[in-house]
Amino acid sequence: MEKISGIPSLEAVDLRCTRGERTLFDGLGFTLRGGELLRVGGANGSGKTSLLRIACGLLEPTAGEVRWAGENIRRLQEEFWRRLVYVGHANAIKEDLSAAENLHVACTLAGVRAQPAQIGEALARLGLAGCEKLPARVLSQGQRRRTALARLALSDAMPLWILDEPFAALDAAAIDCVQRLIAEHVSRGAAVILTTHLEARITAAATLRIDLEAN
Amino acid sequence: MMAALHCVIHRDLLLAVRRSSDVLTVLLFFVIVVSLFPLGVGPDPALLRTIAPGVIWVAALLASMLALNRMFAADHADGTLEQMLLGVTPLGMTVAAKVLAHWLVSGLPLVLISPVLALQFDFSQEFLGTLMLSLFLGTPVLSLIGAIGAALTLGLRGAGALLSLLVLPLYVPVLIIGAGAAESAVSGLGGQAQLLLLGALLVLAGAFAPWAAAVALRISTE
Repeated sequence: MEKISGIPSLEAVDLRCTRGERTLFDGLGFTLRGGELLRVGGANGSGKTSLLRIACGLLEPTAGEVRWAGENIRRLQEEFWRRLVYVGHANAIKEDLSAAENLHVACTLAGVRAQPAQIGEALARLGLAGCEKLPARVLSQGQRRRTALARLALSDAMPLWILDEPFAALDAAAIDCVQRLIAEHVSRGAAVILTTHLEARITAAATLRIDLEAN
Repeated sequence: MMAALHCVIHRDLLLAVRRSSDVLTVLLFFVIVVSLFPLGVGPDPALLRTIAPGVIWVAALLASMLALNRMFAADHADGTLEQMLLGVTPLGMTVAAKVLAHWLVSGLPLVLISPVLALQFDFSQEFLGTLMLSLFLGTPVLSLIGAIGAALTLGLRGAGALLSLLVLPLYVPVLIIGAGAAESAVSGLGGQAQLLLLGALLVLAGAFAPWAAAVALRISTE
């Protein structure tokens, strides 16, 4: 397994997030280095997704900032995004495209070059062998989630993964597979942030935890 | 970066082919609106010849507005837009690629079918070229301006009405200049001045609108 080395740290400093009238969290901070896993827990509506969106630069925090290698990610923009894999709540799957086409588009947008053979392998790894050519319209919710997560199998070179509820809609076998992918990636020296309700069995050298309080 | 832009255009065209009813709706709307005029106005050739450029241009403008809602809405709903915002390609370029794909399926067909429709107005064939050229230069401007409006109103309730209100005032100069090109060609003044103006508008909109739309997208997805 090839190690990724020299990964800069992701630092969140004094984050506050206000949505409408509600303050979801205030004074939140963490430092995530390579080889570490950050699990964000909390009840529904406690701001897990907002925190993840702030961490990847989609959402501007009300106060505070997120730094990558000491530099604010809102300034780094593409420089930061080319190192990042974000799998959000929404699968980013087009119903009229096949699983393989969807995966190809997702990889190309993220700047990952993937050959058709690699795409087939990645889909097979997530248990979608035989479904490559089917339009996503006929796939089940779980199979669509698997298609979205198949990106992870092609993104071993990306030093930071941010995953929002990766296990939602997945069956036991797929959860196992994704957990293995994450564990491998962390042991490779990369950093992973994820939210989940499951007590995930991911063996990582260092696991950080943030639990957001519902208010 | 070129790979990503190529991929966006290819994907949007592929989606348009697989969901061709959306594209045909716009084209049909254009054909129907233009064809109803000779029926409603009556068979006076002189009158029809005069109103032809205006009618075709107004119909093209309305048809292009009809298609605007779709520019980012589907990508926003299924999360693809987030991936574009986090992509390695500068967002302005991605937006430009999307606008180009959008124009290819909703603007170019109007340009290509316009000479056939102009025949219903007994529009002189000599000036068909000017009419087509004015649409060829003008419809991309409509798509580019519309992209800013579509990005600003993304995810709002009642976005359709707001979008029309936002972009219509900006569409008016394009309409006046565009329809004016064919009209002055017919009246013997030559349409070059208007065509050059349209070209200038296209260059200006092409250079700035994608970046403005990109900023609007970042704001409306927060």
